[in-house]
Amino acid sequence: MAAITLDNIVKTYGEKDQKVLAVDQASFAVEEGEMFGLIGPDGAGKTTIFRILTTLLLPDSGTASVAGYDTAADYTQIRNCVGYMPGRFSLYQDLTVEENLKFFATIFNTTIEENYHLIKDIYVQIEPFKDRRAGKLSGGMKQKLALCCALIHKPTVLFLDEPTTGVDVVSRVEFWDMLKRLKAQGITILVSTPYMDEAVLCDRIALIQSGKILSVDTPANTVKKYPTKLYAAKASDMHQLLKDIRSYPGVASCFTFGESLHFTFRQDDAQNIAGLKATLDSGNYLDLVINEIQPNIEDYFIQISEPVHA
Amino acid sequence: MKQLLAFVRKEFYHVFRDKKTLLMLFGVPIAQIVLFGFTLTNEIKNSRIVVADYAHDYASQEIIRKIEASRYFEVVKSNMSHDEIEAAFKTGTIKMAVIFPANFYNDLSHLNKAQIQVIADASDPNTATTLTSYLNNIITDYQTQKAQQTKVPYLITPEVKMLYNPELLGAPNFVPGVMALVLMLICAMMTSISIVKEKELGTMEILLVSPIRPFLLIISKVIPYLLVSIINLITILVLSVVLLHLEIKGSLLLLFLESTLFIISSLALGLLISVRAESQMAAMMTSQMSLMLPTMLLTGFMFPIENMPLPMRALSYAFPSHYYYIIVKAVMLEGLGFMAIWKETLILAFITTVLVIINLRSFKIRLA
Repeated sequence: MAAITLDNIVKTYGEKDQKVLAVDQASFAVEEGEMFGLIGPDGAGKTTIFRILTTLLLPDSGTASVAGYDTAADYTQIRNCVGYMPGRFSLYQDLTVEENLKFFATIFNTTIEENYHLIKDIYVQIEPFKDRRAGKLSGGMKQKLALCCALIHKPTVLFLDEPTTGVDVVSRVEFWDMLKRLKAQGITILVSTPYMDEAVLCDRIALIQSGKILSVDTPANTVKKYPTKLYAAKASDMHQLLKDIRSYPGVASCFTFGESLHFTFRQDDAQNIAGLKATLDSGNYLDLVINEIQPNIEDYFIQISEPVHA
Repeated sequence: MKQLLAFVRKEFYHVFRDKKTLLMLFGVPIAQIVLFGFTLTNEIKNSRIVVADYAHDYASQEIIRKIEASRYFEVVKSNMSHDEIEAAFKTGTIKMAVIFPANFYNDLSHLNKAQIQVIADASDPNTATTLTSYLNNIITDYQTQKAQQTKVPYLITPEVKMLYNPELLGAPNFVPGVMALVLMLICAMMTSISIVKEKELGTMEILLVSPIRPFLLIISKVIPYLLVSIINLITILVLSVVLLHLEIKGSLLLLFLESTLFIISSLALGLLISVRAESQMAAMMTSQMSLMLPTMLLTGFMFPIENMPLPMRALSYAFPSHYYYIIVKAVMLEGLGFMAIWKETLILAFITTVLVIINLRSFKIRLA
């Protein structure tokens, strides 16, 4: 049985004449014990999907279920068995670390001792600061505390809305390690992130943009779907390089990607890349490097979200 | 039950860890009572008064000497006519006029009673009452002095006439008004803010996705402020008695029960605001505009309701503070029992019940 299902969910915000479509016929299912990533840029509709699944919002149409319960009709059951960590830090800033944890344990009818084994790995890291007010913690620690609070009642499904946004790189890695350990305990996890490099850490991912689910697959299969060969180019004058590549006939797309440019041709033709190389060599590039590379999820995302018309 | 306790404890942490809230909760009531209290009890010294002595006899001279000796008055002796006195009032040169009629001593010694006319400028009701009470004291003093010397006690009745504001509204009645105001302010504003704060900080999102029932959530928000308000009520009453020498004439228990009813109605109003308001600022503005101002202006503690146009009067009947003000005045100042205020109590209870029901119905179990 799937732990989470979405079936043709549509959600709009705003009044009649100025409706904004937040989620557009979204459908996917998350298996029990799976770590499922919802990947997409800001404003793609990730938070709205989280709120529909956590029974905070009702969809305009479509149905969704969590742990076998319908999100509209059986919302009380869902509220008893899920853990939810909203995108924004949502604990009591004027309460200490321990007070926050104790409070959330109590309102979920449990105690810290009862489920300490679940949060132990995470809590030991923030325990030295247990008498500190939550508002005075660093970004990474806040997220760890929030995760503890979401876990304290041993939820069957865990919803994490952008848990690593605004968290430093080291803490992000730590955080994902923790999620892996939670998954090992059999908790189904739905996690969203705008960082594509975190997507590969999930069992399966759904790519979402403008409220539409673009693809649902494992990270490995997702990048395999990349239709053409992908090249990376690097030179000292990146600006000129971008202009030159884009103006070369046969180039389908060219984007700045970190420190290099990623580009594709309309047709995967040996002549194309040879021709481009020759053209660029005649220019005044001192340290030009061009390689064919393995596409990653971000490449795929760009490729499917902004289709280039031939 | 454990949930409720945890919730209430958390609520108290919020209150006691935020200095601004703390100041608001306990500072404002004290400040208001003290402020109102001192503007009322401040002694009025050296007020110019006119003494018109038409009797010019032994008794009147003796009383005038006593008045002159008092540090409160600066006496101008002049047999002014009523018109002249009125003119002096209008220019503001005098605050009070004391008129001894002819044959004052005669009346006193033969009839054993006599009258003194006292005219005060009640456009400033506080000063007017204070001055007349000073004068009353002097006259009573004189009477007791005389009573020891003669067998049949003299009776001098000062005929007090309050010019311009005969009802003296707003004078000692301010304590019930301040009670209504402070309790309303604390209960409604603080509860509405405390719920909206949860929305603003996003904690409401987590609370909703938890097994907490709306009823429990509301109750746990209400209990701390109910307690705080009762502490405030005690503070106000103690300050009124100690600082303002106000006597609580009626039953203290009745006063407490009625106040608790009013507090609950105010809490319910605050909750109602919090359901609609999206930000703490909005909640604060709404409670100020829609609760505090009407409480000040429409309960009758600043301006008499009888003089208001009909729509305003009708509006004032919709506010719980209107009934509470009447109840407190009756119990505290007039010493009346429950039988005198059962109607108001019933209306207040009705409004409270309606508000609580609306609250439970309109509590949003989702975000939108």
